[in-house]
Amino acid sequence: MVLVYSDNKKLVFEMLNVAVELGKNTKKKVIAVIIGKPDESLAKEYISFGADNVFIAETNFETFKPEEYADILSKVVKETSSDTILIGSNKNGKELSARLGGILNAGCVVDSNNIYIKDNNIIAERVVYSGNAIAILKFNSKPAIITIPPKAFDPLKKDEKRKGEITKKKIEAEKSQSKILKVQELKSEGVNVEDAEIIVSCGRGFKNKEDIKLVNDLANVLKGKTVGCSRPIAADLKWLSEDHWIGLSGHKVKPKLYIAAGISGQIQHIAGMRDSGIIVAINKDPEALIFKSADYGIVGDLYEVIPKLTAAVKEKMG
Amino acid sequence: MNIIVCAKQVVDVSEMKFDSSTKKPILQGVSQKISDIDKNAMEEAIKIKDKHGGKITVLTVGSANAKERIKELLAMGADEGVLVIALDNIDYHMTAKLLAEAVKKIGAYDMILCGEASVDLFSGQIGPRLAGLLNIPQITYAMKVTAEKNSVTGEQNMGKNVVISESTYPVLITVTKEINEPRLPSLMQILGAANKPINEYTAEALVKDVKPIVETIDLKGVSMERKNVIYKNDLDDSVEQLVNSLAKEGVLGG
Repeated sequence: MVLVYSDNKKLVFEMLNVAVELGKNTKKKVIAVIIGKPDESLAKEYISFGADNVFIAETNFETFKPEEYADILSKVVKETSSDTILIGSNKNGKELSARLGGILNAGCVVDSNNIYIKDNNIIAERVVYSGNAIAILKFNSKPAIITIPPKAFDPLKKDEKRKGEITKKKIEAEKSQSKILKVQELKSEGVNVEDAEIIVSCGRGFKNKEDIKLVNDLANVLKGKTVGCSRPIAADLKWLSEDHWIGLSGHKVKPKLYIAAGISGQIQHIAGMRDSGIIVAINKDPEALIFKSADYGIVGDLYEVIPKLTAAVKEKMG
Repeated sequence: MNIIVCAKQVVDVSEMKFDSSTKKPILQGVSQKISDIDKNAMEEAIKIKDKHGGKITVLTVGSANAKERIKELLAMGADEGVLVIALDNIDYHMTAKLLAEAVKKIGAYDMILCGEASVDLFSGQIGPRLAGLLNIPQITYAMKVTAEKNSVTGEQNMGKNVVISESTYPVLITVTKEINEPRLPSLMQILGAANKPINEYTAEALVKDVKPIVETIDLKGVSMERKNVIYKNDLDDSVEQLVNSLAKEGVLGG
């Protein structure tokens, strides 16, 4: 069977697309998994997005702990005789799948956006070396665990008439030695760069925190209203919260327009924005790496360029 | 407190070259280094040892020349090194298995520290896999670690939330780059590292059948085809041309 699990239901909808395709090619059924309280309406939703069956693993555990969830999931894998396991690639999902791989002695590929069958083997592709290459990985044994990032696939068309079986079973798991003391929101300005259509980003070329206003103004006239940044601004200087951070260890974005101002263009940053539609670079150094990754660029002092660009865009757009 | 730090030797991605026709990366001859975030794990281990005493062992699975890299961590403050010599083509499954066997050879330990992921492939699998194999708790993506005598707490960066977790020993913790600033060893420390022991094992001595489950069958190049139209003359002209180009591309006016 092809198993699909995430604690984020949107990710499950998206993954069901791939799961259905894999199921067709291997003549296996697709089972979506719910861990926790039996949520029948969610189960029905999973079926309407393509799941053949839903397996509800009932537990008393209130919150996610990788030790307990990996134990539960390993039991569900055995119970359903599954050989392909797709897990949503958020942080919980990644640490869960790797631990599950350890427990099951199974191969795991993290963050794959292309999965297919070739000569009866599952092949998964993933981006490596800071976005500079794609590794093509072949599973030589089963089960195969693959995590899939958000938005890699579109959900199938919802069909509320689809029928499927819902199985509920109490799954016992070994209690973890770890304890969650507190959960607090990470300092955030409520920005969602991953969904943005237009992003204006700032980097080390900015001299003061206050100057980020320039980027805000440009983003506003572009009706993008989304401000991104490179690593130093979020992680080192903390001028912006981490939800703005675009890059390998920040967010990966694909807006239709990406403007990088005062960003040198280190590969780690490029890895986060390389899938953008049109990339514009503003930098005073004509040799800056960012120009190599840009469609359009202006060599100049961002303190002069951005206000002029903001005014020109405003005029153009009326 | 006995601490094991897992560290990986990686190619320096910023020095990687690409075949001009296939765009494939050329890995041969690229300089190698300890994956940056593993140095943060090392730094954290030193801080914990400073507080509680004990011993730090650096553990690496890699090619024979990784010994030189281990010496850098011994210079930072590790007491001894363990190198499991294995071919480059092994996968996370096999690497974690070799690490688990090596951990058993090292003996009693309280804490295993890893970087959240290696900077070359960035999967972040090794920490949780190893914790799963050893059946110990894991605290991942720690931005802050506070080790007490009988328990440790970690502030985990889980994306939207910070989760503060506590665990008894033994425990495996993976750290993020923000947790600290790794120290640079002094010349004396670098010289002193030469006398610290590094035990070597072959992979075959630890695991009978060393072969990957997940095989890398190819590395495809990624072409970054961009227009590279750069305006660098009169600023007002440049801005005007840029805005016109963007309008033509249809990206203005969401």
